[in-house]
Formats: sequence, C-alpha cells, structure tokens
Amino acid sequence: MNKPLRRIAIFCGLLVLTLLIRDNWLQYVKADELRTDTANRRVAIERYATPRGDIIVDGKEITGSKEVSSGDFEYVRTYKDGAMWAPVTGYASQAYGTSQIENLEDGILTGTDDTLFFRNTLDMITGKKKQGGNVVTTLNSAAQKAAYDGLKGRGKGAVAAIDPSTGAILALASYPSYDPSTIAGSNDGEAWKKLMKKNNPDDPMLNRALRETYPPGSTFKVVTAAAALEDGLYSEADQKTDTPLPWTMPGTTTELKNEGNIPCKNATLRVALQYSCNTVFGKIGSDLGNDKMLAEAEKFGFNSEQFTPVRANASVFSDDMNESQTALSSIGQYNTAATPLQMAMVASAVANGGELMKPYMVDKLQAPNLDPIETTEPEAMSRPLSSENAQILQSMMETVVKDGTGKNAQIDGVTVGGKTGTAQHGVDNSEKPYAWFLSYAKLADGSSPVAVAVVVEDDSAVRDDISGGGLAAPIAKSVMEAVINSKK
Amino acid sequence: MSSTTNTSTHHTSTIGAIGTPSRRNTELALLVFAVVIPVFAYANVGLAIDDKVPAGLLSYGLGLGLLAGIGHLVVRKFAPYADPLLLPLATLLNGLGLVVIWRLDQSELLQSINQAGNAASRQLLYTAMGIALFIAVLIFLKDHRVLQRYTYISMVGALILLLLPLVPGLGTSIYGAKIWISVAGFSIQPGEFAKIVLAIFFAGYLMVKRDALALASRRFMGLYLPRGRDLGPILVVWFISILILVFETDLGTSLLFFGMFVIMLYVATERTSWIVFGLLMSGVGAVGVASFEPHVQQRVQAWLDPMKEYTLSRQGVGGHSEQAMQALWAFGSGGTLGTGLGQGHSDLIRFAANSDFILATFGEELGLAGVMAILVIYALIVERGVRTALAARDPFGKLLAVGLSGAFALQVFVVAGGVMGLIPLTGMTMPFLASGGSAVIANWALIGILLRISDTARRPAPAPAPNPDAEMTQVVRP
Repeated sequence: MNKPLRRIAIFCGLLVLTLLIRDNWLQYVKADELRTDTANRRVAIERYATPRGDIIVDGKEITGSKEVSSGDFEYVRTYKDGAMWAPVTGYASQAYGTSQIENLEDGILTGTDDTLFFRNTLDMITGKKKQGGNVVTTLNSAAQKAAYDGLKGRGKGAVAAIDPSTGAILALASYPSYDPSTIAGSNDGEAWKKLMKKNNPDDPMLNRALRETYPPGSTFKVVTAAAALEDGLYSEADQKTDTPLPWTMPGTTTELKNEGNIPCKNATLRVALQYSCNTVFGKIGSDLGNDKMLAEAEKFGFNSEQFTPVRANASVFSDDMNESQTALSSIGQYNTAATPLQMAMVASAVANGGELMKPYMVDKLQAPNLDPIETTEPEAMSRPLSSENAQILQSMMETVVKDGTGKNAQIDGVTVGGKTGTAQHGVDNSEKPYAWFLSYAKLADGSSPVAVAVVVEDDSAVRDDISGGGLAAPIAKSVMEAVINSKK
Repeated sequence: MSSTTNTSTHHTSTIGAIGTPSRRNTELALLVFAVVIPVFAYANVGLAIDDKVPAGLLSYGLGLGLLAGIGHLVVRKFAPYADPLLLPLATLLNGLGLVVIWRLDQSELLQSINQAGNAASRQLLYTAMGIALFIAVLIFLKDHRVLQRYTYISMVGALILLLLPLVPGLGTSIYGAKIWISVAGFSIQPGEFAKIVLAIFFAGYLMVKRDALALASRRFMGLYLPRGRDLGPILVVWFISILILVFETDLGTSLLFFGMFVIMLYVATERTSWIVFGLLMSGVGAVGVASFEPHVQQRVQAWLDPMKEYTLSRQGVGGHSEQAMQALWAFGSGGTLGTGLGQGHSDLIRFAANSDFILATFGEELGLAGVMAILVIYALIVERGVRTALAARDPFGKLLAVGLSGAFALQVFVVAGGVMGLIPLTGMTMPFLASGGSAVIANWALIGILLRISDTARRPAPAPAPNPDAEMTQVVRP
C-alpha cells in the first residue's frame, strides 16, 4: 500500500502548493490593485485616519478636518464657502469617494504619496502620527467671489478666469453649486441623492466651467478672426473685407443673417467684430475652409481635453464639414461647442501676445511641515497668433468694449478687450440662448493680469433680453476688477 | 557520531525499526515555541490596539501552556513513541487562532453586529474540551485496531451525524448552508465529527474488501475497470455526497467526504482507475447539482465575479454577500508583510470574520509571509499524517491515517481556496484556527488518533519470543 501512499503525500503537497501560489498571486501580484481599489473601504479609512491636508487659496485654507466620534473614520472633511469653491476642490466623502483636486492630490492630502515616503518612515520611527500635506492653488479668492456672486444673481452659468502670462487659473465658478460638506460624512445618503441629476434638474454637481460644453456663439469669431489674420486672408484690422450683403452660404440657397440692421457689407474686421457680423465671419470661415479653421481652433486648444490637473472636457470643432457648415461653425454655431475654460484660454492667448499658456490651478504641493514638494512651472502650450497679429486682434477686441457690444465691461483706467456672444441652441433654436462674454484686462504698463470667460444660461430672462453684453459682461467686469484690485 | 547514521536510516526507512528514539524531548522543546509564539502574538495585539500589554496575557499564556503541558505528559505516558511534530503544530495553530479570535473580539464593528465579544474565551473553553478529548483518545484507545470492530456502527453513526442538520427543528441554516444543528443554545457542526467516524468506517470496510475491489477487474485502455458489482460502494458514497450537496447545499462538506473516500479507495486497491472514476463522478455530480440548485449557483457566481456580488449586496439585493470581495481586499491590503496584528481592518468582512474567514485576518495582519507560514504548518501536519500511514504496520492503521490526513488536507484546501477566491466558498472552517467548538474538538480527536497510530507504528517491535524448540535442542546438546 506504500506506493499509493507516497502519491497521496505528493497530491496533498500539490494542494498546499496550489494554495501557496494563489496566495502569492493575491498578496504579491494583485496586492496593490486590491489595496488601492476605491471600493475597498480601507482606502477611505486610511484617508480619514488623520486630519486631511488642506487646499489653500491666497494663503488661507478653504478646507478643514474635524474629528468624529463614532464609526471607523476618525475625521471628516469640512469646507469653508463650500458651494463657491466646489468646482475647484471637488469633494472628499467618506461614503462616495473623492473628486477633482481632492481625488487627484489625494496622496498628498492623505500623506500617503510616494514623495512623502521618506518623511513618513521618519515619522513612524519617531512615533509621530502621519499627517497630510497641502495643495496650494493658483486661485484668487476675490475673483472667485466676484464670479460666484455674479452668477448667483443671474441664474445658471459658469466663469473661468486665467492669468494670461502664466496660465494660472484665477477663478473657476459654476452655479448652481453644492456644498461638499453636506456629503462629506458616511451617512449623507439623502443629501447625496438630492444632488444627483436625476433628482435635481439643476445638476448642481456639474462643474460647468470645465465639464460643460456650450455653443460659443459669436465669441468664437475671435478664433475666426485669428485664423483670417494668421492665414493672411486679411492682414489688418481696418482692411475692408470682401463680404456681400446679403450673403448666401456656398452650396445652399440659405442666406446667413445678421442680428438686426448692422453695417456689415464689406465691413472691416474691426467693424465686423464690433457689430458681430455673422456674414463677415461666416464667409471668412467658408473662404478659409474646414482644414485651416480646424488647425487654428486646435492651436487654441479645441478638440483636446485639458488637465489643470482637473480634467476639462474637450471643446469641439468638427473636421468633416462642408463649406456652409464651416461657415456656421465659424460663428460659433452648428457643431462648435466650448467649455468656459476654453474660451478663457482664447482670450488669454490674445492678451498674452499670441502665446497660449497651459492652464493650471495647482501652484504647489506642500509637505505637512510646509516644505514645498513640487511647484508647477508655467508652460507654453502653443502659439495660435504671431505677436503682430495678436496686437491687431487686441485692438479689435478693445474696440468692441469701447464702442461695440461689450460696453458693460469697461473699467476706468484699464484697457479692456472683449467679445460678446449669444448662442442659440435647441431644435430650431427653441431653447433659451446662452449669454457669453470673454474679455481680458490690460494695465497701463502693458501687462495683462486676467482673461475671463463668462457664460450665463438664464432660464427666467426672456429671449430678447439675453445678450452677452447685458448679462455676462458685468460679471466679467467684476472678476477683472477683483483681480486688478488684489494685485495693487 | 553513531546516532547520526542511526537517525538517517530511520528517515529513509518506511517502517519504524527497532530502537526508534521516542523523541518526546523534541516534542517538549517544540511545544515551548508553540506556546511562546502565540503569547508574544497576544501581547502584540494588545500593544497595537490599546498601547498596553493585555491584562489577560498571563492567564492566557498559563492556560495554553497548561493545556499543552498536560497534553505532552499524557503523550509521554500513553503514547511515548508518537510523532513528535503533530502536538506542537496543532498547539501553535490553536494558539494563534485564539489570538486572532481575541483580536477580532476587540473590533467595535463586529461587536455591534454580535459577531464578536467573548468568542476567545469560549474558544479557550472549546480548546480545553478538545484537548480533554485528545487525552481521552490517548488513554482509552490503547490500540487503534480496536476501532476496526466498530466499522458498521461507525457507518450508521456517520450517516446520523450527516443527516442531523436536516432534522426539522434541530438543523439551522446559516447563509443558506444547512450544516449546523443547534442544541441548548450551542451550534454544532456534526460534519466535523462525521469526518472522523466516516474515516473509521471506510478504513474498516476497505480493509476487508480491498482484494475484491483490486483484483477482480478487467483491463481496458490501460485502466483497470472494476466489476459492476464492485462499483456499488463508491456509487453509494457518491450518492450520499450528492444528497449532502442538494439538501445541505454545502459543496465543501460534499467534496470532503467524497474526496476522502476516493483517496482511501485508491490507497486500499492501488488502482489509479478509482481516481479517474472519482474525478469524473465528482465533476458530474457538482455540475449536475449546480445546474438546478440556486444556492450552489449563487456561490459559483460570487466566485466568478466577487465584485459584482459585492455591488449587488451593497445595493441591498437579497441573497448576496459582500464577504468574498471583502476577504480578497483583506488579503490584498495585507501585502507581503501585513499590517501587523491588530492593525488591519478585516472586521469589514463582518459575518463569520472569526470563523470561516479567519484566514483573511491572517492575510491582512501577517501578510503573505504569515499565510505561507500557516499553510506550511498545515502541510507539515498532513505530511506527518501520511508519514504515519507509511510507517503503520497494519492496513487498517494505514487507511485510517491516510484517510484522516487526506480529509484534513482537503478541508484546508477547500476552506483556504474558498476564502482566497481559488474555488467557490463553502461552509467549512480552517482546522484549529477558526472560532467554533465542533471543529476544534473534532480536530483534536483527529490528532489524538493520528498520534495513537504513529505510536503503534514507531514503537519498538517486541523482542522475539524465545523459541522453545531451540532451547530444547540446546539442552539436549551439551
């Protein structure tokens, strides 16, 4: 009987060997994946085991942590002016995970990031409790407040403001918003449900500044003008364009209409931008063609997601359009769609002498003892305009604010350039239009501290009242003023 | 050294030879480690959770030491040639199990859902009862061959034990598996005892029938096919296993009994064909039952996609459990070296965290290293058991020893494999580690029987009886 016994011994050995292999697979090969799985409650337990690091604006924390007495979480996240800052911070919820900066910089805020490894090991040896580091943002609290309060008075909308010379994001507001404090705990299911889009048509958790694309309407004419200048189709602001009135779109019998009776026949670029001539810019788009328009739009950042590091949706300019569709797209209609951040980038590139800086909102990461770990250096992204053409476009946009549709954005002692937009949308333009305004401010020394884009979706206003100049420009103005005042 | 050569010959020889050292002092030395390691682990848990050495350390250490010491003295007196490894290994597992059960008792989460609190002190009581049974086996079972007489009584006994959970009013269903009975407030898992009783029956039966089963066969395609009428016993056992699976809905118990029978049948007959038949039959049986039994299907689904099962359970869909995924997370979060005792979150497994899923706590807090050590300890126990079977001089002892060791190995595989997501989860528990009276008592009895067989096997053969004829001759021839 001994031969089969030896074989059984081998068989039992193999059973245990199988278990050993499986254990190595689980605890070595798959260990990291399982350990960091967001559904694994240990991730959240670890996240709230120590006071979480803070997100900082202008040297002040806009977040906090407070101790809780029950359950397996020791601390809970708190927010100051949570609704105003939600598009920047995102949320850190014990039950629902994290989003945006709270998510992307979780390692630093929790203190588990690899860059803190040495420090943590040292703390472990000296018996100190692990601490989270801080995330210092580029935002400007005065500008953010101006943006948020402005939107609050107007209804739904979003604001994005950028420092043109660096790409640093100064304001990022979305309204209606939500206070992340209300969903930070582990038993906030009711509050969470109320914020879900299916229960709340206002969709307060949507970060409109980064994640919603709107038809940009006439504000897109800035991009079209840039394309005309860059391509050499027209080389000066005051050169007459070759534009009949009425103008029938190529390949169709449809006439492109202007809003009201405005002097658009063979108008110069400056006049056309000042009065927002659909015919002039529609024809430029159709003359340049889909490819050239697409190339210029992409230089401004269209068709690609932006990582600030929080992801912004890609704005859209299609690549498969015929001439009439290109004409409509060139005045910000048809398929064209842009995030408020994208349009702020357009304004900032013009203001920065034609160079587009990569937008970012995390200035630096700090270790728990405030030592800097990582600082974001401004980075050029592309050059959509030569500096000469940028000067020409600036002078055109400044005329818009001085004499044209953007008068509401004028600031005493500051040169402001801008462009209004009223974008129609819905089937047969049945829904209420969006009011757009994009602008930049230029100081006496020629430096430009801020570029801003505002979009307002005003449900309560009647259609005729909506125009970028009326609804959106005052908000842009207060944001620019806030930035300029805070620099003094 | 002369003793070195002596020892090496014993290692290679199958049958214990005359002059085998008793190895009792080796056992005692190993037992010291088996008691000291859990005591340190116990202190470790207390320091990690409360920053102080736990108050019960002394009584726990003394308790475990006393039990191990009494066990050792009884072995020294009643089974002096028994295998020296089995008692220390079982003590070590039992001690570590107690520590981790106590550690889970400290979890507020488990306390709040009545899954912990004083499980450790109860387990210590069960351990004492288990060692008492172990001692009783060694004292009263002078020779394991006595058990042979109870072959058919064992069969009846095993069947009764297996059927008890199905008796209305007695059996209780926990998470769908009906393998418990509850008597006077105690939950008993009769399957754990049935394992031993059934091994006795199989050993006795196969010892008698092995020649008929082995020799009367036809050769076909390289396999010895048994005669139709010799297929009877395996069919009956198979059928009973299927019944267990259908009515008690527990794949583990079913697999354990059938697997044990196939192993013993193979050893008894030396016919590989039985293994082939056994695998075919268990495959057909398991797939067949799974095709209509929803509880088994659900276990298989949970095994194939634990994350989906977790999500469904979280959404409050009835009949689903998040345990499988929670166990995997516990293992993964432990990594190579673990979080350290008392510093993990395996209480998230909630239900049965200190019984069926106790290995996950080892995985999280002691890491890959700890679990591998535990698995190797199990492997050592099994291999010492099979070695005892090799050394045994009588077929009954061989069969019983290999049956018990094989069942032990299968149980470890089925439970650890289930918790680690290698096979579907079943309702059995890790021998010695898990909280649960039946298992710990039955397994101590199992170790007792193995020690008894190994004592008989390694005992020096009695001096040959003097040959009266020879003496006569000497007397005649001056």
